This record gives sequence, structure tokens and C-alpha cells, in this order.
Amino acid sequence: MRVVILGIGNLLLSDESVGVRALEALRDGHDVPPGVSLIDGGTSGMEFLEDLEGVDLLIVLDAIRANRVPGTFIRLAGAEVPVFFRTKLSPHQIGLSDVLASLELLGRAPREVVVLGVEPLTFETGMQLSAPVAARVPDLVNAAVRELDAHGIRLDPRVMPVANLA
Amino acid sequence: MANRITIDPITRIEGHLRIDCEVDGGKVTKAWASGQMWRGVEQILLGRDPRDAWAITQRICGVCTTVHAIVSVRAVENALKMEIPLNAQLIRNIIISAHAIHDHIVHFYHLSALDWVDVVSALKADPKKTAALAESLSTWKLNGPHEMKAVQDRLKNYVQTGQLGIFTNGYWGHPAMKLSPEVNLLAVAHYLQALDVQRRANKIVAILGSKTPHIQNVAVGGVANPIATDSQSVLGVEKLLAIKGYIDELADFVNNVYLVDVGAIGAFYADWTAIGKGVTNYLSVPDLPLDTKGTKFAMPGGYIQNGNLAGYKPIKSFDDAYFHQGVHESAKHAWYEGKKPLHPYKGETVPEYTDFQDDGKYSWVKSPTFYGEPAQVGPLSWVLAWAAAKYEPGMRHLNRLIGIVESVAKTKIPLDALHSTIGRHAARSVVCATMVDNLQQQWQLLVDNIGSGDTKTFNRPEFPKGEVSGVGFHQAPRGVLSHWVVIKNGIIKNYQAVVPTTWNAAPRNANDVAGPYEASLIGTPVADPEKPLEVLRTVHSFDPCLACAVHVVDKENTETVKVQTRL
Repeated sequence: MRVVILGIGNLLLSDESVGVRALEALRDGHDVPPGVSLIDGGTSGMEFLEDLEGVDLLIVLDAIRANRVPGTFIRLAGAEVPVFFRTKLSPHQIGLSDVLASLELLGRAPREVVVLGVEPLTFETGMQLSAPVAARVPDLVNAAVRELDAHGIRLDPRVMPVANLA
Repeated sequence: MANRITIDPITRIEGHLRIDCEVDGGKVTKAWASGQMWRGVEQILLGRDPRDAWAITQRICGVCTTVHAIVSVRAVENALKMEIPLNAQLIRNIIISAHAIHDHIVHFYHLSALDWVDVVSALKADPKKTAALAESLSTWKLNGPHEMKAVQDRLKNYVQTGQLGIFTNGYWGHPAMKLSPEVNLLAVAHYLQALDVQRRANKIVAILGSKTPHIQNVAVGGVANPIATDSQSVLGVEKLLAIKGYIDELADFVNNVYLVDVGAIGAFYADWTAIGKGVTNYLSVPDLPLDTKGTKFAMPGGYIQNGNLAGYKPIKSFDDAYFHQGVHESAKHAWYEGKKPLHPYKGETVPEYTDFQDDGKYSWVKSPTFYGEPAQVGPLSWVLAWAAAKYEPGMRHLNRLIGIVESVAKTKIPLDALHSTIGRHAARSVVCATMVDNLQQQWQLLVDNIGSGDTKTFNRPEFPKGEVSGVGFHQAPRGVLSHWVVIKNGIIKNYQAVVPTTWNAAPRNANDVAGPYEASLIGTPVADPEKPLEVLRTVHSFDPCLACAVHVVDKENTETVKVQTRL
């Protein structure tokens, strides 16, 4: 089984980057088994066409605008996913939706797509997340881990080397 | 009655645009280009270590990550008057070339071809006739009748599912669509093949840059690729041979498909050589440095004023004073403070937002000028500089392209036809083909240099006490990109990025002269203001690669139509 976890967002626009920040936290905190790829997609598009081609499960981490309280965790799956890409919930939907549509045309789209995200507070210029969104990063990471778990893939927390604890 | 058309942004990558046009008597009479995003990235860099700037600046734009990384290290190296090892130049050159080829292929087939190609019409094509046409133009291996039939079947299935996906927003059946069903089918076939081919270019960037979309291997002073001919984990023979294989595949596609398609499609739209001219001051810079100092380049560049090739002024090195002193930015019509145009070292980024004022401030993009005048940047500027400099490798591809157009259109095409919407597409394919040749050469130079025993890739930068400043420039896929940095005691004191889209999407400047997008739209015919395909064609020809929403508003400012489209 091939799985891709794709964090997307612009690191320079505060809460916009929550997907990438969650991806980094996931990568730093876990041993990732073979078959699972973690990709920092930034705001790109066509560059990751090949990475997403024919995967069994694609988990997208992103800021999602759904008119909820900032910091609200949001999970979209099944029929909600195409809606996510059709409407302007995410600032990146053009690049990624183009890639997915292209793969569909080639008959090599991901078999299952799940979108995990957080309602942003602000897209101000800056490299820090706002407090309510930063507080949700661990939840986003755990949600991704649970998603994998449901597909029979275990992600073990990385044991920190003793030297780093000193 | 005049209509007003507004093209608005829907995403937040830096530089997103809104285009406003007034249409009267079926033609655009006034135009405004407005950047809809506050440019604050420079502020993030103040007070940081100049060695970290490239990693931050490559997040400015989602499409051009690589170019901002490269030009940022060039700026800091220029400030420090550093030389970098030849291997590092060549590795960067290979990354730059591969990135540009990727960008041009994706721009033509996946971002702009659908302005000219009617996908739905392709369903009516005769695959045998399509193959016959294709085989008359090129020896490409995937032009046969079986391939064309398979593509048409795939398209039929896709359309029948009712989910047009990427094709949802196309203007199918628009009166400005002129291609026969057979040419449309051919273009769709190559659209799909281009999806496969573009990744070869991406793989080259990934092998050398450690990963994409954000490369990891550049550093102020060189690159972080250790070289050893006898190891698999670093840059050695195996990886170099893999890169060579990808280059050969790209060369086949670009020469036998992309350039040929642009010629053939351009021939059917020959009327568009008279549309979209705009600003005829053309700025480009030389690129692919061949020495450690950046004084010799594989590809020339310079400035052409008023389209006068005879007056071409070359830009000769990374230290070229003519370039360094010529660039200023005006905020008179942009939402920033400041009355007088400023040199980028003195550039300020203090916001002063007003509403959208037709005759006042209306954009977050400043207006750059070269010696006081607006300048068009991009592949067309480069190709014209090559024509002026008699750069033979580029002229060979230009002449080949013109030959294809003339054989299909059965008419003579003068060089002046390049000053147009279709000319910008033509120039882009010429640049792409010339880049492929240069990529081959850069690869050979790298192999030879490593073979001579040189494995050095990095010189350690040293930051002096006091203040130094420098500029890095790069002929990026969309045109001249420059980063300007002022460093004090090893810390960034000022940082300004003057990006290609800033040049082309500039609002009116300090003398109220329109920028390239604005000027190019004047006179563009619009058959149906509710479907402003022609406006998109001209804006897309500059390769803004952005997402947009189109609003059409009548003179009384009542919104009549709101169409989302891809820009």
C-alpha cells in the first residue's frame, strides 16, 4: 500500500502554513515506515504529480476556511472531498485540484483522499502560527496518525536519543 | 456602450493579479493591472542571517521556488564579491535550465493551451487525419493513428462522466476558437503526453536539488552536493548518467512536439501577431555563468529600447553597473508610501492602502522602470536580445519555428510579428528549445570538470564588519528576476525582490505611463464581454500562472456576470 501525506501552505502567510507545520511535526516526531511518503508541497502543483500518481491513500494537511471558530479541527472525506476542491475553502485548491484532475484524466488518481485541516485565524505576513491554530498542530498530527492506523499502518513515536534530552 | 471587465484573484500566492478593462466598440480601450496582495516578504527577512534568506525567499511563490533560491544566494555572493566553485555554477545552471524547461512545457500545455484549443471539438476529429497531419510536421514517435484514437476514446470517457475537471472552465465553442477538430485532437494528445514528459525535468531538479518542489542544495558560496565519482550516495557517475537520460527525453519532446505545436497552432492564429504588442522596451539578463566570477555567460541578455534591435545594450556580468543603476521602483500608483521612484537598495515597503482608484493608487505591485521607462520582461525579451546579439544557438530555433509557421500558414512571417500575444508563446518555445541545447552543454561541462579532478562545490562566505550591498539576477522562466540585499555586520538590513510579474504587471509609473500588461491589452478585440477569452489570451501570454476570477461589470458598475477562470 502506497500512502502520501501532503502538507500544503505558504510558510510566509502565518496560519496558511499550518499544513506544512503539521507535516514537519509528524516527520520529526515519528518513524515513518516504507510505503509512506511525507511531502512538503508548499504552494506548488505540477511538481508533485508523480508523487501522487496511483497512490492508495492521499492525506492532505491544509488550512481550511469553513466559517468555523479559528482553531477548529476539520476532517473531509468521501463525497466532501470533491466539494473541498470545487469551492474555495483552501487557497491552494487550484494547483492541487489541477494535479488530481490531470491524474483522473490519465486514469491514475489516488484511490482515496482525506483532507485534514484547521480553520485559520489570520493570513497576515509572518512565519508564526496564531495561538489558536498553533495549539491544534498536535491534533492534526494525531489525526493523520489515526487515519493511517485505520488503514493498518502504524506510525511509532520516535524515541528521542538521550543526547538530545540533555 | 462600454463594458468593464475585472479579472480578480482567488488564491494568495504572492503577486496575484486583478485585471480591469474597459471595452468599447468591441475592443479594449483602457486597462489596469492590479496586484492584490501586500508584499511583506521583505519585512520577514530584515534582521536575519543572509545565509538563510534563500530558504525563505523560495517560499515567495508556489511556482518559482527554485529561481528565488538561486537568485537570493547570487545577491548575497555579489554583496560579498565572492567567487563560487565552477562545479557549483554548473550544477546550479543545470537546475535552472531543467526548471525553466519544466515551467515552459507546463505553461504552454497545461496553463494556456486551452485558451486556443477547443477540447470538446477534438471529439469530432478523425484520428487518421490527425495522425497524417502530425506526421507531416514531425517525426515524434507518439503521433500515430492508434495513439490519436486512444486519446480521443479517453477524452470521450472523461467527458461522459460529466466531470470535466480541469476542462470545466474552458470557453468551448467560443467564436475566437479557430482550430479544426483534428488540430484540437492533436493538441489534446500532446497535452497528455506533456504531463508525462514534464516530470523528466522535475527529476533532474530533484536529483541535484535533493528534492522538489523546494530545493535543499544551494548555499551562499556554492552548492551542498558532495561530488565523488565512486560513490552512489553523492553526486557520481550513476546520477549524472540518469540526468543525461532525462535530458535526451526532454530534447526529443521539446524539439519534435512543443516547438512544432506552437508553430502549427500559431499559424492558425496568425491574426494574433497583430494583437497584444504593448510596451516595446525589452529587458533581459545573461544567464548560465561559465566561470567562478560570473563574467562569462552561455546565454546573452540586455536591453532593447523601443523595439530598436540596433540600439541593443548588452548586460555583461553580475557586477554590470548599467543594470545595477538602471532599476528603480515607483509607488505613485501602488498602495505604498513614497513619492519618488527609489533604487531597490533604498526601497521601502510601507503600506498606504486606498480603494481602487483608476487615476490614483490601485495595486500592491510597485512599478519598476529601467532608466525611467517601463520594460517588458520574459522569453520574448530574451529572444529579441539574441536576435540583436546574433546569438546563433537561439536564432537556429527561431528560424526553424518561423519556417514551420510559414509552411502551415503559407505566408511570410517577419521578425516584427514577435511583438504580439502569439509572439510571446513563440518566443517561449524558442527559449525552451535553446535551453535544452544549453542543458546538454552544461551537463557535458560538469562531467568534464569533474573528470579533470575538480570536486570542489563550496567556498565559505565571510561577512565583513560594516555595510555591503549586492544584487543577484537571473533570467527566470517569466523574465528578469532580481534580489537586492543590504547587509550590515553580517545581518540583513534591507531586502527587495523585483520579480518578473512586477515588471510585466506594473501599474502606471511615476510618469503615469502604463505597464506591459496594461499597454498590451489596449486594442485587444473582445467578441463577448461575458466571455473575455481574448483578454485572457493576452494576459496568459506573459505566463502569470495565477488563478483568477473574471467579473464583468458594466459602465454603471453593476456586476452582470461573474465567471471563474484560470489565469
